[in-house]
Amino acid sequence: MLSIESLKKIDREIAKYPVDQKQSAVMSALAIAQDEKGWLANETMDFVADYLDMPPIAVYEVATFYNMYNLEPTGQYKITVCTNLPCALSGGNDAAAYLKERLGIGFNQTTVDGKFTLREGECMGACGDAPVLLVNNKRMCSFMSNEMVDKLLEELSK
Amino acid sequence: MKSFPQILLAGVDPSDPDNWRLKNYEKREGYLALKTILREKTSPDEVLEEVKKSALRGRGGAGFPTGLKWSFMPKQYEGEKYIVCNSDEGEPGTFKDRDIMQHNPHILIEGMLIAAYTMGVKTGYNYIHGEIWKTYERMEEAVEEARAAGYLGDHILGSSFSFQLHNHHGYGAYICGEETALLESIEGKKGQPRFKPPFPANYGLYGKPTTINNTETFASVPWILRNGGEQYLQIGKPNNGGTKIFSVSGHVNNPGNFEIPLGTPFAELLEMAGGMRGGKKLKGCIPGGSSMPVLPGDVMMKTDMDYDSIAKAGSMLGSGAVIIMDETTCMVKALERLSYFYYEESCGQCTPCREGTGWLYRIINRIENGKGREEDLDLLDNIADNIQGRTICALGDAAAMPVRAMIQHFRDEFAYHIEHKKCMV
Ligand SMILES: NC(=O)C1=CN([C@@H]2O[C@H](COP(=O)(O)OP(=O)(O)OC[C@H]3O[C@@H](n4cnc5c(N)ncnc54)[C@H](O)[C@@H]3O)[C@@H](O)[C@H]2O)C=CC1
Ligand SMILES: Cc1cc2nc3c(=O)[nH]c(=O)nc-3n(C[C@H](O)[C@H](O)[C@H](O)COP(=O)(O)O)c2cc1C
Ligand code: SF4
Ligand code: FES
Repeated sequence: MLSIESLKKIDREIAKYPVDQKQSAVMSALAIAQDEKGWLANETMDFVADYLDMPPIAVYEVATFYNMYNLEPTGQYKITVCTNLPCALSGGNDAAAYLKERLGIGFNQTTVDGKFTLREGECMGACGDAPVLLVNNKRMCSFMSNEMVDKLLEELSK
Repeated sequence: MKSFPQILLAGVDPSDPDNWRLKNYEKREGYLALKTILREKTSPDEVLEEVKKSALRGRGGAGFPTGLKWSFMPKQYEGEKYIVCNSDEGEPGTFKDRDIMQHNPHILIEGMLIAAYTMGVKTGYNYIHGEIWKTYERMEEAVEEARAAGYLGDHILGSSFSFQLHNHHGYGAYICGEETALLESIEGKKGQPRFKPPFPANYGLYGKPTTINNTETFASVPWILRNGGEQYLQIGKPNNGGTKIFSVSGHVNNPGNFEIPLGTPFAELLEMAGGMRGGKKLKGCIPGGSSMPVLPGDVMMKTDMDYDSIAKAGSMLGSGAVIIMDETTCMVKALERLSYFYYEESCGQCTPCREGTGWLYRIINRIENGKGREEDLDLLDNIADNIQGRTICALGDAAAMPVRAMIQHFRDEFAYHIEHKKCMV
C-alpha cells in the first residue's frame, strides 16, 4: 500500500522507540503516508494501523486530532497562512486577503484546476518573519509581501 | 548598556551555512562542559548543585526552578527513566526555540546530555513543533553528527555514560506543548493533558519517571557548568539567573530574537528591536506570549524584563514573547483573534474550557461585529472566572487571563464598540 521508500522511512521512525511502543511512530508514519499519497484515505490509515499493530480507530483519532493531516484530497499545493495576532500585526491578514484574491478562493477551498488549496493557520513559531505561510506543511515562506506571494504563485504554477 | 555574555546564541552566525555544525560548535567551547564532567568524573550531585545555584528557571513559560525539578527524579530506580525536551513552541509570539535549534543545535544536545548524566537517564526525546520542518531536519542532522563523533550512543567518549537522543515531530496541535499532552503525543495518542499530580517525575513517558524541560532551559546548562552557577546568577538578578531570549513581534521596526540578561529594562529591549514602527505610540504589550495578561504601554515602559518585575507589573514573563501593539491597534479585534485561537485549540476534555472558550469567542466576535450588548463585558468576566482554575491544564487559564486583562485595561474601548457599533481607533 505504501512504497518501499516510505516503509523504510517509517521503519527508521519505529527504531526511535522501545520495541513494545511501535505506536509512538504513528504521527511520523501518517506524515510519511500523506507525503506519498497527498491525503489520508481510510485505507491508507488502515494500512498504517496494521503496520504498527494498532487498532484502526486509534489511528483515526490521531489523524483527526492534529490539524496538519489532510483527511480529504487537497489541491496539489496546500497553502496555510498564519493569521494569528502577532502575524496579523505585521501583515498576516493582508497576505491572506491577497492570496484569496489571486486564487479566487476562500479558506478551505480549492481552485477549480485542482492546483491550490488555501487554509488559515495558527502560530507557526515564526512570528518575527511575518507574514508567513506553509506550502504542503513542510516549506515555510517568510516575509510574504504581495510581490513575494506573486513570485511564489508563479513558481508553483509552472 | 553594560556588556554581558551571550550564552545561547554566542558565536552564532545564521549567514554562514556551516556555522551550526559540530566542528564550529566545538570551536566555541562546545561539548567542553560534558568532556570536563566525564573526565573529572564530577558526581551528578555536584552538577545538580551548580544548576541549583544558577537560579535557572524554566524557559517554557512557568518559570519553575530547573534544579529543583531535576531533584524530583527518583535516584534508585530500576528500569528506564526519560528526559524530554519541549520544542513544541506554539505560543503566539514565541519563536526562540526554533532559532536555537536551527542555528545552534548542539548546544541543546549538550544540555540534554548533561541533564541525562545528572538524572541517570539513558534515553531522551526532543519534541519539535510540526510547522518548523526545516528545523526538525536540522536537528536530525545534528543528532547524527553527534552520534558519529561519539557524543551520543553507548559509552560516550569512552566513559561508562550512555545516552540516546531521538527527535519526534508534532503535526499541528498547540496543546501538545503542555507537558503531559506532549507525553501522550509521543506515546502515539491524541494530545490530551493528564491530571497533575502525579507530576512527570513520578509518572511520565510510558509511565516512567520523566523530566521535561524547554529547549532554552536545556540550552542554558552547558554555560552554567563551564562558568559556574554563581556566574550565571550574577548575569541576571537574584532569583532570576542568566540571560533569556525575548522574541519581539508586532509593531516594531526590527522584530526578532534578542538575548539579554534578565532584569534588563523593557525600554532597552524595545530599542534593540528598532523602536516603534513609524514612530507611533506604544499602546499595549503582551510581555510573555499570548496566554499572558496585556499591559498598557506606560506600565510596560517602566518595567524590567524578569520574572519577578513583570509579575509585579501585573502580567507574566511566560515564554518571553513580547507582542508590541501601537496606537492604531483595535484591542477588540486583537482579543477576538486570540480568543478564536484558544477556542480552536482546546482539546475538549474539560467542560469549562471546551464550552467557555467558545462562549468567549462568540461574545467578543459579536462585539467586534457591532452586535455587542451592554451586559457583555460583565458576562465575559464571569465566564473567564468560571474557566480559570477549574480545568485539567493551563490552557483554560490561558484563554481566560487575556480576556480579563484586556477588559481591565481597555474597558473604554470595548464599551465604545458596544455603544457605537464601531471601532474607536
Ligand atoms: N513556550 C510556549 O510555546 C508556551 C508556553 N506556555 C507556558 O506554559 C505555562 C504553564 O505551564 P504548566 O506546565 O501548565 O505549568 P506548571 O506550573 O504546572 O508546571 C511548570 C513545571 O514545573 C513542574 N512542577 C510544577 N509544580 C511541581 C511540583 N509540585 N512537583 C513537581 N513538579 C512540579 C511541572 O511538571 C512543569 O514541568 C504558562 O505559564 C505559559 O507561559 C503556554 C503555552 C505555550
Ligand atoms: C497550553 C500549554 C502549552 C504549552 N506549550 C509549551 C511549549 O510549547 N513549550 C514549552 O516549553 N512549554 C510549554 N508549556 C509549558 C509546559 O507544560 C512545561 O511547563 C514546560 O515545558 C516545562 O519546561 P521548563 O520548566 O523548562 O519551562 C505549555 C503549557 C500549556 C498549558
Ligand atoms: S483545559 Fe482545555 S485544553 Fe486543557 S485539558 Fe481541559 S479542555 Fe483540554
Ligand atoms: S503568529 Fe504567525 S507565526 Fe506566530
